Parts: sequence; C-alpha cells; structure tokens
Amino acid sequence: MADISSALTEIVGKGYVSQQAQERYFYSQDPGLMQPHEPDYVVLPASADEVQRVVKLANEQKIPVVPRGGGLSLTGLAIPQRGGILVDMRRMDRILEVNERARYAVVEGGTSEGRIIAYLERHHPTLRHSIPDAPPQATLVGNAAIHGQGRLAQQYGFTSDMVTGLEVVLPTGELCKIGSCSMSPYWFSKGPPLPDMSGLFLGWIGTSGIITKIGFKLYPRKKLRDVETFVTDLPDLIPDIVFKLTHLEMVEDINIWFQPLPLMFKGNHHMDIYLTGDTDEELEFKRRMVWNALSEYIEAKDGGFMWLMPDVKPTFMEMPQKSIARFADVRKGGGFQYAGPIILVEKYPDCARKTEELGSKYKLGYSVMARMIGRGHCMMFGFAFTFNRANSDEMDRVRKALDEAIEFSLEHGGLPWKPTVDEQRAAMDMMDPNTLKLFGKLRKALDPNGIMNPGNWEVS
Amino acid sequence: MAEDYTKQIHRCFNCGYCKFDSTYSEFNCPSYVRFRFDTYSTSGRLWLINAWLRGEVQWDEHLGEILYTCVTCRNCAEQCIMRFSNDLVDWIIAARRDMMEKEQGKIPQRVGSFLEEIYRIGNPLKARMPRGEWADGVPGYSKGAEYLLYVGCLGSFDGKAREMAKSIATLLGLAGVSFGVLGDDEGCCGNEVRTLGEQTLFELLANNNIQQFRELGVRKVIAISPHSYHAMKNLYPALGADFEVLHYTQLLEQLVRDGQLKTRDTQAKVAYHDPCYLGRYNGIYDTPRQVLRGVPGLELVEMPRERQDAFCCGGGSGNFAMDLLEGSRDSPNRVRVREAYESGAAVLAVACPSCLTMLTSAVESEGLDDKLVVSDIGQILKQALVT
Repeated sequence: MADISSALTEIVGKGYVSQQAQERYFYSQDPGLMQPHEPDYVVLPASADEVQRVVKLANEQKIPVVPRGGGLSLTGLAIPQRGGILVDMRRMDRILEVNERARYAVVEGGTSEGRIIAYLERHHPTLRHSIPDAPPQATLVGNAAIHGQGRLAQQYGFTSDMVTGLEVVLPTGELCKIGSCSMSPYWFSKGPPLPDMSGLFLGWIGTSGIITKIGFKLYPRKKLRDVETFVTDLPDLIPDIVFKLTHLEMVEDINIWFQPLPLMFKGNHHMDIYLTGDTDEELEFKRRMVWNALSEYIEAKDGGFMWLMPDVKPTFMEMPQKSIARFADVRKGGGFQYAGPIILVEKYPDCARKTEELGSKYKLGYSVMARMIGRGHCMMFGFAFTFNRANSDEMDRVRKALDEAIEFSLEHGGLPWKPTVDEQRAAMDMMDPNTLKLFGKLRKALDPNGIMNPGNWEVS
Repeated sequence: MAEDYTKQIHRCFNCGYCKFDSTYSEFNCPSYVRFRFDTYSTSGRLWLINAWLRGEVQWDEHLGEILYTCVTCRNCAEQCIMRFSNDLVDWIIAARRDMMEKEQGKIPQRVGSFLEEIYRIGNPLKARMPRGEWADGVPGYSKGAEYLLYVGCLGSFDGKAREMAKSIATLLGLAGVSFGVLGDDEGCCGNEVRTLGEQTLFELLANNNIQQFRELGVRKVIAISPHSYHAMKNLYPALGADFEVLHYTQLLEQLVRDGQLKTRDTQAKVAYHDPCYLGRYNGIYDTPRQVLRGVPGLELVEMPRERQDAFCCGGGSGNFAMDLLEGSRDSPNRVRVREAYESGAAVLAVACPSCLTMLTSAVESEGLDDKLVVSDIGQILKQALVT
C-alpha cells in the first residue's frame, strides 16, 4: 500500500494525498444516516490529467475509486462502500467559459454552486443557472450526476436536462468528450444531433466515470423576482392547483411545504409561487394571472394567499434557501434526512398524509418539501425528518420512517431519487429484466474491472 | 465552557456555509484554502472533535495539526447559518483546552514551543533582547499620563512591527498626546495563549497586566494590535480590569478629525486589509478607512473580499510566529497579497502587526517586492504628515 501512496503523491503532489485516520474518518460519511465506510486514501487532484492518472493507476491495481463533490447527497452516494481511493474534486474549480449569447457556461468538475452563483452575479448579471437549495459547497457536477433540481426545474427540468456537454475520465482512464465539444470548439449541446451519450454519465453517481468538465445552460435573469404563497388545508386540491399554475407558463418555481411547527403552519399546505419580470408591469401582470387562476379556490374559501411579513420574505427569496439546511438544527441535533422520490404530482395528497402518519408513528419532527419539475410532469416529494445526532434511538426511528416512505412511494409509481444502496437494489428488483440486463452490459463495458464507486448500482 | 461544548458540538450539520464568504465567490476559511481537505475546515474540525470525544478517533500529531491550523479568524462564525454560529471558535478553543488536559499535554511541537517561550521569557519570538529596546526616545509611562501605549510582543521584537510601533509613538508625540510606554516592563497580552487553549497561562498574563496597570493608575490603553485590543477590551473585564481600551486607529482618526495631525497631498493607490480581531471580532471597519480617506490624494480601493468577508492573513492564534499554514502558494498570506495586487493597489494598508508581518513576508514569497508595499496605517499617515 505504501507504493500506492507514493504513486498517488507522484500524481497529485505532496500534501494532496492522505492516508491519515482523520481524513479517512471524515470522508467515510456524509451528513445523512448511512453507515460510514472508510476510504484507504483521499486525494485532491488539480487537473483532468491528474484524475486520469489516478484512475489509470486504480484500474491497473483494481482499486475502487469514488469521486466526491460537496458530499451532500445525505444518502451516502460518495461513501466508499469498498474502500479505495476517494477523489475530492474541489481543487478543480475553475470557470472556464461563459458564452453569453449562446447562454451556456463550462466549468471544471469540482466547481461549487456557490462559485457559479457569485461569478454570474458579478460578471454576467443578465444570466442565471438553476440554483439548487443545497448549500453552496455542492458542486454542479454533483447535482447533475444525481439528476438534481434547482430553481428553474419547473420551467426547464432536472439539472441534468440542462447539461450541454461533458468531459469524462472513463473507468479505464481515457479522457472522453461528450456532445458538441467532441467535434467543435463550442459546448452548446450534450448530444443532439449526434447520438446522445451523456446519458451514460448523468445520473450514474460516479459509477461510469469521473466528470472533469461540464457545460450547462444559462437562462435569462430577469431584473425582478417575487414570491406569492398560496395556502390551503386541502391537500387533494394541490394537483389541480399545480396544473392550473403550470398551464400559465408564467411561473418560475413552485415549491410546496407542509410542517407541523410553528403551530400556525400545522395542517396547511403552502405553495411558494415564484414570479420574475423585467418591469413592474410584467411582474404585476403575471401576479394577476396567478391570482385569477386560483380565484375559484379563494371564492370557495378553500385557500388564500398568505401575506409574507417583510422580515420573513428575504428567507423565501434566498438562493440557495438557507432554511433547508437549518432544518437540521430544529431539535438542536445537527441532523436531517429526506427520502425524495420523483413521483407524479397527483400523488401529493397521499404522500403528504403518509408523511404525517410516519411523523406520528415514529414520534419525529417532519417537514414536507415538494418541488415541481417540468410543467407538472412530476415532482420531487421530500419526506423529511430531523434528528439529534447524539440520540441513536431517534436516528434509528428516522431510518425506519425513511424506509417506509420510499417503499410507499415505489408502490405509488415513484422512482427513488439519489437512492441509497438499499433503494438501488429495490429499484433494480422492480426494473424490467431486459432494462436491467442492458444496464449491466453497459456497466461492464464501461468499467470492466468494476472499480468505479463499487457497491452502487451493481447489477448482480 | 469546556463542558458546554461537549454537549453542543454534534449540532454541526456540515453544510459548509462556514467555508465561504457571504457572496460564495471564494472559499474564505484560511486553513481550508491552504490544505483543501474538509478536515481543515471548521465543520471538519467540529466533526473530528466530536469523534475524539466519542473515542472514534485518537489524538495524534495530525489531529493536533488540524486543530491548531485554525487561526480563529471567525469567518466561520460570520457565515455559519445556525443559531450556534457565535460559539464555533469558542468550541474549538475549548476543545484545545480539553485535549491539552486529557491528552496530558500532547500538542504540536511548534505550539508547545510558542507557549513555553512566553512562559519562560515573556514572548513567543524567542527574542532575548530587552523588550523596551525599540522605544528609544519614546516616553515611558508615568502616572498621570492620559494614555498607555501598549505595543505587545510583535511591536516590541519584530522588525517591521517595531517600525509600526515607532511610527504610532511619533504620531502621538507630534499631536501632543499625553502618553507613555512600559518598555522593558511590558508583558504579553495573552490573547494568542488563550486561543491556543492555555487558559491558565492566559489568566496569569492578564492578571499581571491588570495589576500592573492598576498600580500605575492607567485609565486608558491604546493597543497597536487588534489581538491585544480584543483581549483587553472584551476578556480582561471578567478578570477585574476597568480601564478603557482603544485601538490606535481610533485615536488617529480622532486626531486627524480634530486637526491635530495634518496631512499633505499624497498620490497613492491603497487597499486596506481588515484585521480579523478588529473587524469580525469588534465590528470596526470604517474607522481605519476614515484615517486613510483623510489623506488628500490617497485613493482607497477595496479588495473583492473586505469587511466581514475579509480573507484572513493566516497569522491569528499564534501563527504569526508558528506559521503552521506556511509553505504553499495557497498559504493565506500569499493568497491575500495576490488579491491586493490584482485590485490595482500599490500599497496594502494594515492595522495589525501580525498582518504586517504575515503580508510583508508574502510579498517577498510572491515576488511582488517592487510592486506592492505593505504598510501600517500609522506609517502611511506619518509619511503624509505636514511637518
């Protein structure tokens, strides 16, 4: 093993390889509830060339390699299940290009969401990308590699739908470009009109290669942004309301939240409807359209708009929204986790009732957070539970609640988002056998020695 | 405090907001920037301390290095989004104290040497010369003087910081301020000792100073170091101190405003570096800038990271002497002088002897000797003075 350590030091330089107990401890886990597992080495490469050399070494020696961005999946996707080399990508954080007219950007594989937010704000204030509500140390590649969602998910879909090109180190060490960048200097398309091979890497959580560069779409950033919060105590109305709102094609983002505390929120489903515009007139027109679309519910006294106090509103307008991470400290315990299936919007009422049931059954603090994806094509429904990291019994109850939540959502036709190893197995058990066979063939073809993030998406 | 932190430390979620500045444009934790392993960030340290408390990791030299490369700059406290944000640095200091006791004095060699030198000879710089040697021509403090000018260990022994102390003393003299220094009788303020977890030695040093000041009838202290300013203003009162404490820029600002120090036209493009212990610890951001703005012709430029977002020079918690973050292009002092140079400034103004030492050495490491001068506000003002 000393030889491996020397070889890694030779590649990334002294000071950027660790075999120390402290790094192995820290990188064995994420803030969620998954069982830790230590890597043998942690490396911090600074270039695609260094990543290539690390992967080639690992492939020759048949050592597992696990890429890691912000390490915030909560479901253990960057926990090295079989040890090996953990590759922390965040030294590769350069913003390489912004094509303002074609509205795309290219960044290195470890670039944080925070850095992209700040860079666009400072240098390209008329452009934006789909900002997830994960803390700003989450990386854009990480978000795309788990099919994440951001503030523009309602309009334009998953973050992975917004990708315009990739540079990937394959499990056998070759550096490969995917999309228009494979034959052109421009990164405007991840596939079309060529065969789209980006699907071999997006959503594969590092099991098919390491993404070292990513191109992604930028969108117009309007001068004004506001939020209206519609409240109803009738969850069965939510799918219809979402259908009406998305029909308008005027709304930026739709998030629904439902939680028992503070007590004033109990029993009510809050829909945060975000609007943007370049002028007050445009914003006002959109606001009126939203109000008109929901007037029947107001007239029937089934719901109404909630006035957001001026000191509260900034919390709603933040990107990323810090209150999501703050949920971890609701019980002064430093932990929360959610099962976040991707599921039809029509399942919202059942899922909301299930969350309440699980909170009560396991005596847990809970919160629902649902984000619309596409024009109501589906949603991410988050069954979220908070826990005290110093209370192992409570942590165990959260694990059980999450297991039940995911089982419930699979039964209701949902798909597990950023699934744990167990959820991956459950999904593969339900998958069409020929689909699963194809999946296995692709994995074997790409990664003959099974070194990439082993333990995840393993087809037996 | 030590007991309290053990009951709270698991509350860190490891969300990572603590690593950034408020715009998220850069990682702003000096030790994380230097080493880039998560373990060297505040959340990394808190998780490791918690693991140590639970027996999941053992103390070894590497854990010591991780723990002591925190320079207590408080960027994490500024950026953390949780309700306990204000306690983060205190938790790390409490853990250092706790480890020092429970691990029977195991601490990194450079930390041990730093503390030993202070205990043995009264300064961490291994300086054997008389403490008051720098003060040739500066009045000694005598009863009835309005101010005591406290220059601290760096101001007494470090070459650049001694020039800084001398400039400030000259300015006070020219303005007719009634003041004096303690010279050979001055003791260490203890701030760094406290942050390194040696609470007993801190209390010994602080009590000595308090007693000495009381015996001399000191009512007002001017500290040249923001670290001393912080300790004397915010920590000494709990030990019985009842004197007023000013940072030297506060007095200079007043003297310029009152016309007691007049400056001539000075063409210079100057960036100001906010010291952590003046800015984030004490909220003093405008006063030093006002002194600089008071110099006609001087153009004050801001670096991208300023005020609450200022990037630390890496010298806090004794690192101006131990320099556990040295040896890399990513060492915080080198990152900071590059940032200053890229802002277009020809002069990097500081208000802290620790920053002066750290940034001066970085200018040399970066090969910017002919392009960027690090100078303390007192020196800048002195050069611009109408004599």
